[in-house]
Amino acid sequence: MNHSLSPETTDQALAPGERLPRSQRTEFSPEAIAEIHAIAASYPDKLAATLPALHIAQREFGFVSLDAMKAVARALSIPEAHVFGVASFYTMYQKKPVGKFHLQVCTNICCALSGGAEFLEKVCEKTGCKPGGGPSPDGLWSVEEAECLASCGSAPVMQVNADVYDENLDEARLAEIMKACERGEYREWAK
Amino acid sequence: MATFRTKPDHQRYTFEGFGSEKYPNLMLRGAGDLNNWPMATYVAKHEGYMAAKKALQMEPVAVTEEVKTSGIRGRGGAGFPAGLKWSFMPKDSSDRKFTRYVVCNGDEGEPGTFKDRAILEYNPHQLIEGMIIAGWAMQCQTGFIYIRGEFLWLIEKLEYAIQEARDAGYLGKDILGTGWDFDLIVHRGAGAYICGEETALLNSLEGRRGEPRVKPPFPAAKGAFGQPTTINNVETLAAVPAILRMGGAEYAKLGRPKNTGTRVFCLSGHVKRPGLYELPLGLPLDFIMNDLGGGSSTGRKIKAVIPGGSSAPVFSEQEFGTLMDFDSVRDAGSMAGSGGIIMLDEDTCMVQACLRLIRFYAHESCGQCTPCREGCNWMEMILHRIEHGHGRLADLELLESITPNIAGKTLCPLGDAACGPMDSMLKKFHLEFEHHITHKTCLVSGHQLLANVGGH
Ligand SMILES: Cc1cc2nc3c(=O)[nH]c(=O)nc-3n(C[C@H](O)[C@H](O)[C@H](O)COP(=O)(O)O)c2cc1C
Ligand code: SF4
Ligand code: SF4
Repeated sequence: MNHSLSPETTDQALAPGERLPRSQRTEFSPEAIAEIHAIAASYPDKLAATLPALHIAQREFGFVSLDAMKAVARALSIPEAHVFGVASFYTMYQKKPVGKFHLQVCTNICCALSGGAEFLEKVCEKTGCKPGGGPSPDGLWSVEEAECLASCGSAPVMQVNADVYDENLDEARLAEIMKACERGEYREWAK
Repeated sequence: MATFRTKPDHQRYTFEGFGSEKYPNLMLRGAGDLNNWPMATYVAKHEGYMAAKKALQMEPVAVTEEVKTSGIRGRGGAGFPAGLKWSFMPKDSSDRKFTRYVVCNGDEGEPGTFKDRAILEYNPHQLIEGMIIAGWAMQCQTGFIYIRGEFLWLIEKLEYAIQEARDAGYLGKDILGTGWDFDLIVHRGAGAYICGEETALLNSLEGRRGEPRVKPPFPAAKGAFGQPTTINNVETLAAVPAILRMGGAEYAKLGRPKNTGTRVFCLSGHVKRPGLYELPLGLPLDFIMNDLGGGSSTGRKIKAVIPGGSSAPVFSEQEFGTLMDFDSVRDAGSMAGSGGIIMLDEDTCMVQACLRLIRFYAHESCGQCTPCREGCNWMEMILHRIEHGHGRLADLELLESITPNIAGKTLCPLGDAACGPMDSMLKKFHLEFEHHITHKTCLVSGHQLLANVGGH
């Protein structure tokens, strides 16, 4: 495998310092590389940095694309196949693009007992998304059915991107949260 | 003060009498107050780091002895005595020096469980102090804290708290002048229930797929990065400062013999006052459900309770008097597990509840062993068929014949965990399953438990 760092290849003309849109990137920023190397050095074995590096890749690339996995392999000098194996095992690494606001709704038993299943249906109806079905046409939303988020006493619960959970939800709260997202009161996905 | 959370927390952490001698508050000090977490508060209000100072003046073996005397059993699921586990760690000899690790399990993925989260939110220093004491007792070089990936704000808060502890000299080089070096690394998971299983967690920590390992070798012989390792749950480790402060013998007076101390019960489902209840072990289940939880939230009778997280076989009314400690719950045919108590009212469709749980296990099976990977999927498909009105009466026998081929035949306990709810729900609520098959619909009319499904 060739691990040399190559510049991003593109047909587009980029100004010095300008970067491709996130989802088209194939390389980490130098800051991200430095961050990954620092993390790798803190563990007894650099392989342990695979999960943290994939989290960074998700932030840098917007989702964990094949290019992102390859970049992780290059950054850590580990096999691409290993990175692919790990990335495909864990559900939090999005292998497809998601919306600006990725709504993860818990539908496990405790949430379901408090109406989580119906709540998920409401979320789908209001956003026009299907669980796991990619972003809405305006790119604003995507929806995922999550397994137990550890919030059973305040169910139903939803996590917007990586924010603090929103708990005790109902349709009215959903409308408020969606408005707050649109007003920019929630951090956008991977930012 | 750094801020990691501005959203209010509506969770319930207390009840009348909590904090008294009868119901001591050892684990949830200051819970509910979002300004409670910093070091300054921990030291000023909660006797912070007193136990660590005390422990570091003791011989490491004496600290392990103290934890053994306390009798505390792991709060993560299996209920294994923590002090005994610590004593399995190999000690240095003149010709062999070990690198030892202590690992904290903060994966908190068991449905019905939300206690570790409260400790991380309100008392991260209590966990850090517990890790320092455990690290000293086993003479570890590094501690790893594995936290589920969704808890990003808690991870950031914990990292900040760790830095506070470093700045105060409780972590780093030559801690409190003992010559002992110890530091903590927080490792963020990425969404996989199975990473809560201790050897899967080790693989995940090492940067691999979270697949459980074959045991033996046990982690105490060959754990993280091939070195001797001890893994404990967040709550277990966070209880250690209290044990050292009050002394193991005093702690052992709480609860019941062989089931000592307090634990944080997580009450959820159809209950009027859901929340976290820290209680001495061994109180009756119906006391927790009714006197503390206020009984059913729907006004309908409670027909079933899952007493120890979703993997625990379900209790029906006859067992509501069970004392909530490890041995009594086991003797009643279930397990105390992670302390998650889920209440289901009489309108809850047990076929749906069962399908929802089995779907979870089928989804979370790592796929390494055939009985679990295939068996959970089969059970899901058969239950799906019953739920959708296409079931056959022979399906019930088929379901009964699958579980003995999973339980005890897999690499890790996830396979058994799926069989617990399956077997018990089918056995105790057989009528509902039969009704579903013969009438092609539910016997009851409660909340729909599955999204986007027909048949109801
Ligand atoms: C499928 C599965 C999931 C588990 N999930 C968790 C978990 O989320 N948190 C936890 O502390 N222990 C979990 N455990 C139990 C751990 O394997 C281990 O027993 C525990 O962390 C040991 O700590 P303790 O002795 O302090 O309880 C799980 C076990 C299995 C089989
Ligand atoms: S029992 Fe299931 S989860 Fe556990 S190792 Fe086997 S396949 Fe994986
Ligand atoms: S049978 Fe399938 S799942 Fe099993 S090892 Fe072979 S390829 Fe993998």
